[in-house]
Amino acid sequence: MLVTEGSNEKSSTELAPLEERLAALEQRLERVEAGLPEDKVALVVFSGELDRVLAAFVIATGAAAMGQEVSMFFTFWGLSVLKKESSLKGKNLFEAMMSVMSPGSTRELPVSKMNYFGVGAKMLRKMMADKNVSSLEEMIETAREMGVKMTACEMSRDVMGIQDDELIQGFESGGAASFLAESLRSRTNLFI
Amino acid sequence: MTEVQFDDTLDTTGLSCPMPLVKARKRLEEIEPGQILKIVSTDRGSIKDFQGWAKIANNVALVDQETMTEDGAEIYVHFMERTS
Repeated sequence: MLVTEGSNEKSSTELAPLEERLAALEQRLERVEAGLPEDKVALVVFSGELDRVLAAFVIATGAAAMGQEVSMFFTFWGLSVLKKESSLKGKNLFEAMMSVMSPGSTRELPVSKMNYFGVGAKMLRKMMADKNVSSLEEMIETAREMGVKMTACEMSRDVMGIQDDELIQGFESGGAASFLAESLRSRTNLFI
Repeated sequence: MTEVQFDDTLDTTGLSCPMPLVKARKRLEEIEPGQILKIVSTDRGSIKDFQGWAKIANNVALVDQETMTEDGAEIYVHFMERTS
């Protein structure tokens, strides 16, 4: 294409405001893109019952299999999931009472309905095994293998007097902001 | 019935949700992009599960699905391609 010198100058002065608008648009697009959800799933595990926790881990491992980055935040009764044993060492009366009445590990989690002092939970575990469904412990192991991030709520751990040595290895401690940092960027957020 | 060419087979017979997905994911990571994995399952929910996965993920594609009966039991076969 043949362009004369004069028209070239003219077009550059006409293009200047357009270029400015383009730059402004690009900046805006960048801001919008930064706020878009990512391939992430964030779960709050508040419950400490076998059936509810199972639901959480089926979704967590399923999402991880689908290529989502999964983070689980365990708080209050959900902290039982991260427990490996109960210990009364260094606990005051209330903390010790709570510890005695709480599950010492995932093996002791009750079911949310028809528990009957743990018989219901044992029955459900047996029924799951009969149908070849992975146990909760296997699912937790699978979740770890798949890189599901597990965070223990520091505040509820402290309130309930749960000591670090009662918990399994390989979790992080965090608070509301650490969960929100994940959840605000996630496509799916569940409170279980 | 058209025969789908596949490069690897994964047997998830007897396993329930979400294990067929979990195992398929691991195996798909081991094959090369462009290759197809045949997954055999007895989980009825796996039909929708693999469809859902393929819809969401951008590195896999569901090439074909078949349901067949073997010794009176339903078998669900999924052909998943690793696209990238």
